[in-house]
Amino acid sequence: MASLQLLTVEILTAALGLGLLALGLLVPQNDRRGIGYVAAAGLAGLMVAAFSMRDASGVVLGGYIIDPFGTYFKVLFLAAALLTAVCSFEYVEKMGFNQGEYYALLVLATLGMMILASSGELISLYLGLELMTITFCILAAYRLDDAKSAEAGIKYILLGAMSSAILLYGLSLVYGASGSTVIKEIAQAVATGGASPALLLGTIFLLAGFAFKVTAVPFHMWSPDVYEGAPTPVTGFLSVASKAAGFAALVRVFFGALPDLHNFWVQLFIALAVLTMVLGNLVAIPQTNIKRLLAYSSISQAGYLLLGVVSFSVLGIGAIMYYAMLYVFGNMGAFMAATAFYNTDGSDEIRDYAGLARRSPLVAAVMLFSLLSLAGIPPMAGFVGKFYLFMSIISRGYIWLAILGILMSMVSVYYYLLVAKAMYLGNPPEGSRPVRVAPGLQIAMIVSLLVLFLLGIYPTPLTNYAMNSAVAFFMP
Amino acid sequence: MNFPILTAIMLAPVVGLLLILLIPEREELTIKITAAAATFVSLVLAILAYVLYDYGRGGLQFLQDVPWVPSFGINYSVGVDGLSMPMVLLTAIVIFTGVFASWDMTKRVKEFFIFLLMLVTGVFGVFISRDLFFFYLFFEVAVIPMYLLIGIWGSTRKEYAAMKLTLYLLVGSAFALIGIIATFLYAAQQLGHATFDIQTLATVKYDLGFQKFVFFLMLIGFGVLVPIWPLHLWSPDGHVAAPTAVSMLHAGVLMKLGAYGLIRVGLFLFPEGAKYWAPLIAVLCIVNVVYGAMIAMVQKDLKFVIGYSSVSHMGYVLLGIAALNTLSLNGAVAQMFAHGIMTALFFALVGNVYHKAHTREIARFGGLAHQMPRVAAGFLIGGLASLGLPGLNNYVAEFLIFIGSFTREQTLLGGILSYRILSILAISGIVITATYVLRVVKNTFFGPRKPEWDHLEDARGVEMVPIVVLVATLILFGLLPSLQIDMINSGVAPLVAKIEAAKAIGGIF
Repeated sequence: MASLQLLTVEILTAALGLGLLALGLLVPQNDRRGIGYVAAAGLAGLMVAAFSMRDASGVVLGGYIIDPFGTYFKVLFLAAALLTAVCSFEYVEKMGFNQGEYYALLVLATLGMMILASSGELISLYLGLELMTITFCILAAYRLDDAKSAEAGIKYILLGAMSSAILLYGLSLVYGASGSTVIKEIAQAVATGGASPALLLGTIFLLAGFAFKVTAVPFHMWSPDVYEGAPTPVTGFLSVASKAAGFAALVRVFFGALPDLHNFWVQLFIALAVLTMVLGNLVAIPQTNIKRLLAYSSISQAGYLLLGVVSFSVLGIGAIMYYAMLYVFGNMGAFMAATAFYNTDGSDEIRDYAGLARRSPLVAAVMLFSLLSLAGIPPMAGFVGKFYLFMSIISRGYIWLAILGILMSMVSVYYYLLVAKAMYLGNPPEGSRPVRVAPGLQIAMIVSLLVLFLLGIYPTPLTNYAMNSAVAFFMP
Repeated sequence: MNFPILTAIMLAPVVGLLLILLIPEREELTIKITAAAATFVSLVLAILAYVLYDYGRGGLQFLQDVPWVPSFGINYSVGVDGLSMPMVLLTAIVIFTGVFASWDMTKRVKEFFIFLLMLVTGVFGVFISRDLFFFYLFFEVAVIPMYLLIGIWGSTRKEYAAMKLTLYLLVGSAFALIGIIATFLYAAQQLGHATFDIQTLATVKYDLGFQKFVFFLMLIGFGVLVPIWPLHLWSPDGHVAAPTAVSMLHAGVLMKLGAYGLIRVGLFLFPEGAKYWAPLIAVLCIVNVVYGAMIAMVQKDLKFVIGYSSVSHMGYVLLGIAALNTLSLNGAVAQMFAHGIMTALFFALVGNVYHKAHTREIARFGGLAHQMPRVAAGFLIGGLASLGLPGLNNYVAEFLIFIGSFTREQTLLGGILSYRILSILAISGIVITATYVLRVVKNTFFGPRKPEWDHLEDARGVEMVPIVVLVATLILFGLLPSLQIDMINSGVAPLVAKIEAAKAIGGIF
């Protein structure tokens, strides 16, 4: 029984998801607005529950690991899901149908991520991955009246299926070479058996599969189109939570199962990180649509996170965790501002943001400071995150990589400032109305802005939490 | 006395900023008064700290330490010594007068003062930080408000200039950041514990290759801000485009951040690296001085003249740094202060003229002393300070720099060049300076009265605040240099001791 207690958060999440589904069928069409509130309250409660279990550790059913590392990511997923739910109230209501399913899918996707972050075994890892991917396919295509949304869904399902197949192939090769699906046992088999060609091939396939999930170049092709087409809150959720989940699983598999091969895969990750940072940032420059801009920016963010993997150290994992958490608030902040703008003006084009600072100081400020956090400009939290990431690779002697990364993040300042330029330097069009922001969204925006400021000025609590979890992961 | 005076100096603008956030946008006068009050508090506290600083004892004073991120050895630790105290005072004077120079601002007043106070908070923070992490953090805080201030309230190609400036500064700071992290990691390995404390980092023996490499990174990082030729391209554009108060703060204080960083982090932590790269700095700074002055000579726009004159004057500061001895470093810091006050005065006056005449083209002016005698007088005093007239602050500083670098007996490039020759070349810059300053003064303010400008009103009321305060400062420290030099010397002495203790090594050429 004790072991089931460890699964409290997962069980409750599953219950919440199914409950919302049932609720959606029971409540009459016109009263379904409340479902969003139920979902948000449930997610908030789950977040508290997950946080209270932050020190719990143990293994359930042989291959499912509850540890501070996984729980940290669960808190992260739930925070992202909560912000997404709050962000969706008005957006989904406007779409006008299937509100119950929407929130249920959101919660189930979160469940998938949790499983992904906690599995210490390849089959359950794959299960979590599929749960997450398939729910996201539906969510991405959720705007029935919009061809772009349908395109996003199709693209995500086709490319997602392909990447899943690649990953699965990698998993089967690793299983074949090591004779086990449990990560710990694989590590032992690799330590004693050495690197066989099949294992190396499997590693490469695994890397490609995960690179798809975290949108690392050259496996990023799907993301700009999917991000642009999907409903804005879903895009936000997809960009932060599924990426963080990808990193959690990636760290578990590569650091947990294949540490003895790190000389081999670190080289590959260096190549991925370089490509991702350079391409993501450079291609973001000419974008004119805010969602595409954020898509490329989030590709580049994956590049920075990969630096933590490259460093192959406790500091690197801690830096990934820290950065991933800030990235939730930074990116969701930007997407919430974009949603608020869309709800009033129905546009995602950056040129339509002209004069936004005059029309809604709050929305403009949230967008500006979220983008600055993504760029890593103090006193926003993103700076501290990048500081840790760069420190982790410099400590391993990759100074050139750090220089490249920092220069690229300065490039990112350029395109973020183009948005700031439109908002602050431009004049609002004639006869424009003030941007009206729903109270819930307003609170969520203010909260994430405060989080970014507070963690930028006083990063200590989250630093300790992330670093301690990272230490616990490395030395269980 | 346990009152955290330095933190209070830094936080006064933050309090002002938060108050302004709560004031409705149309209450423009209230907003301005709040900003003035906040900066006045900083100024009074800065003067108090300056007076209370015991330079007989020297070293870092008014210390305050708060553990911040213990696992990385990051502390919020502040303190000032003879190098940073004058800079804090300079910042306080310039921002206080800058607020009054912006009194006629009518466009988006609330946002303007919010960003202005945000900017100055960062600047104060850099000068009082003893912790390298916070040093860099504050350094970067200043950049983005700058972009918006220039982009929204600027003139002449403002969007281009704002973006150019921002990117230059950020790319520069990227190099500094690498240097800082590398230093931190190196020191953590040597010391056995993580720390960002500059004093502790200075006790570590860095090997020569590391010093050369990291000092070079710092030279680029802080050199962009100084600005060292050829990394100066952002500065004239930025100065010209910026609104008055921002030009004042920018040329007056922000450029000093670069030189200060170079001394505080570069020289203090890596004396051997500094010795290695000093000849390069010495040669480049002569280009700054002479080239900057020559370009200033042919400008048509008043603000461009001052923009390039800043490039030229900062060359002297660099020469003082490159000569690496007590006199020259004293002079360098004094010059940072003197130039800051002088250039702020210039920009305040030009802003005054521009606001009323809506042009800055020198050729269109003439005889403005008839209509604006007070502005003309202020400009003349600034001009005389600029060309190093004895009795004004700049003279003291430049004199020390020249003596210091002239007495340095070292030859460069296998005997072709020496510090003496470089000093003589630098002194020739004074002559060019005199030419362009007097040309501008003559063509703008003197000569026959032009009826075209009869509608211009002279500076009066609050507009007089910047002129009076800045001129008084120039004269005070010009007549009583000991007020300043004793203070600076107490900060320079340990630095020079460290440089002299360092291994003698040959320069890069």
